Amino acid sequence: MSFVVPKETYSGKVYEVSIGTDKVINFGGETMLPFLSFDGTMKNRPLIAYEIQDIPPDDWPDTIKKVYEGVSDNPVTWAKYCQEKLGAKAIALRLLGTHPDRLNTSPEDAAKTVKDVLAAVNLPMIILGSNNADKDASVLAAVAEAAKDKNCIIGKAQEANYKTIVAAAMANNHKLIAMSDLDINLSKQLNILITQMGFDKERLITDPMCSALGYGLDYTYSVMERIRLAALMQNDTTMQQPLLGDVGFYVWKTKETQASESDLPKWGSLEERAIAWEAVTAAAFMFAGAELLIMRHPKAVEALEKLIDELM
Amino acid sequence: MLIIGEKLSIIAKRVREAMMKKDKGPIQEIAIRQMKEGANMIDANIGPAEDHGEELMEWMVTTIQEVVPLPICLDTTNAKAIEAGLKVHNNQWGRPLINSTSNDPERFPIMEIAVKYNAQLIGLTVGKGGLPADAEERAAIASEIMARAMEYGLPLEDLYLDPLVLQIATSQDHALKVIKAIKMFQELNDPPMKTVVGLSNISNGCPKHLRPIINCYYFALLAYEGLTAAIVDPHEITPVAKTLDIIMNKTLYAHSYLEM
Repeated sequence: MSFVVPKETYSGKVYEVSIGTDKVINFGGETMLPFLSFDGTMKNRPLIAYEIQDIPPDDWPDTIKKVYEGVSDNPVTWAKYCQEKLGAKAIALRLLGTHPDRLNTSPEDAAKTVKDVLAAVNLPMIILGSNNADKDASVLAAVAEAAKDKNCIIGKAQEANYKTIVAAAMANNHKLIAMSDLDINLSKQLNILITQMGFDKERLITDPMCSALGYGLDYTYSVMERIRLAALMQNDTTMQQPLLGDVGFYVWKTKETQASESDLPKWGSLEERAIAWEAVTAAAFMFAGAELLIMRHPKAVEALEKLIDELM
Repeated sequence: MLIIGEKLSIIAKRVREAMMKKDKGPIQEIAIRQMKEGANMIDANIGPAEDHGEELMEWMVTTIQEVVPLPICLDTTNAKAIEAGLKVHNNQWGRPLINSTSNDPERFPIMEIAVKYNAQLIGLTVGKGGLPADAEERAAIASEIMARAMEYGLPLEDLYLDPLVLQIATSQDHALKVIKAIKMFQELNDPPMKTVVGLSNISNGCPKHLRPIINCYYFALLAYEGLTAAIVDPHEITPVAKTLDIIMNKTLYAHSYLEM
């Protein structure tokens, strides 16, 4: 008798999300756990977006800052560099300058930045606030309107500010990131609250809150994994949204991406170590179920794309 | 849990009058309400329907399915009426369920109809000789019905075993026997046999204000033992069923779980 490989069948699937207008790209849509292609179909590759900012990246560690030297003074030149020189598939613009503790720029300033970047590149865009719940509500409402009908992802809507942001994303035809604080039940609850406002569940992206290797990765990993299992095995339609890993932001704050070789000779080459830290963190979330990853270092992105090639 | 809405029954005066007058309004209104309250299937109980049964069941099935995209549980002892209902049933919205056969030879022809129309069937675990005394007798009758189903070519996964819920006010000792029977029925096959109850009979004859309380708690005990389906008032039972899915870890908890 010949051996038959046991096959897992799932009652649910992940929604497929499509972003951009000129260049359109899809992610999600799979019917099985990540890369287990013998159990189902993985319709799309995980999507990696390059992270840029509205203000110069003064607080980024040198290893990553120097990659964008000469272009990162201005989000437009930065975005063009990602598109033209790095071959980016999508761009994630973080409006960090709007944070009250940074430059506290106005929603109008942010809207102008978004318009300028959208005019300069034709890639799908993810537009992120500064993660200040109050300020994000007004900033994201303004930028959603500035990017009207450009089919962007707007984020992040949280429990404290989701109403305004959901209304803005809905009125201007964008997709939306819903972020909760590392708690699977609150993540489900936020998705329910957002869809109860009339926002399509198929237009949502779930961010269970990211972390870096060595700094809570296991918590994010486990929440992502359980969300995927609820989506696939329990056919829970409130948990079938693609997952976001906001990787670069968390990784490039860690000691491992900054400590010099002279201080810690045993840790080896700083550049190699920092890139590996970002690539490994991103790979872990991809295995847990993340379909959208926001990253910074081109070599880490390259390593991840290569890994995806090998797995798909 | 398959929730089968019980409210379209000839026993209810308003429904009976609508059936007599062929007045679609109340029937459709009740069907829509039950779906909104969480029913996955609608029971159409036309009683023994000795006169004009075929015409009545046909009218019920089409009237209900005109407004709700759900399958129907055809509830009558009249085999011809069942066949007439199955002929017009819209299977696009799920497979119909016949209520019911039993271990009484007079009810065997219904098995043939179930096979012919690819319908699912409820097997009530009573024989010709009256009510079963305990869980063991219910299981023995269940085995005989299963053997008969196989003879007729009805797949066992299309058979729902019904232990026959009796009234708590008159047959208190049967409440636990029925729970035990639900457990025993599942062990009669692998994969486990499906089970169903007509829940509200437990509180039949009790004061009105007690009925929902008795129904809900009894439902929880049966569900815990693995009950597959129940003919119930969805308004009363859906919140209990959803809460049990949370407690039994079949659905991920969120504060708004009852609204989903």
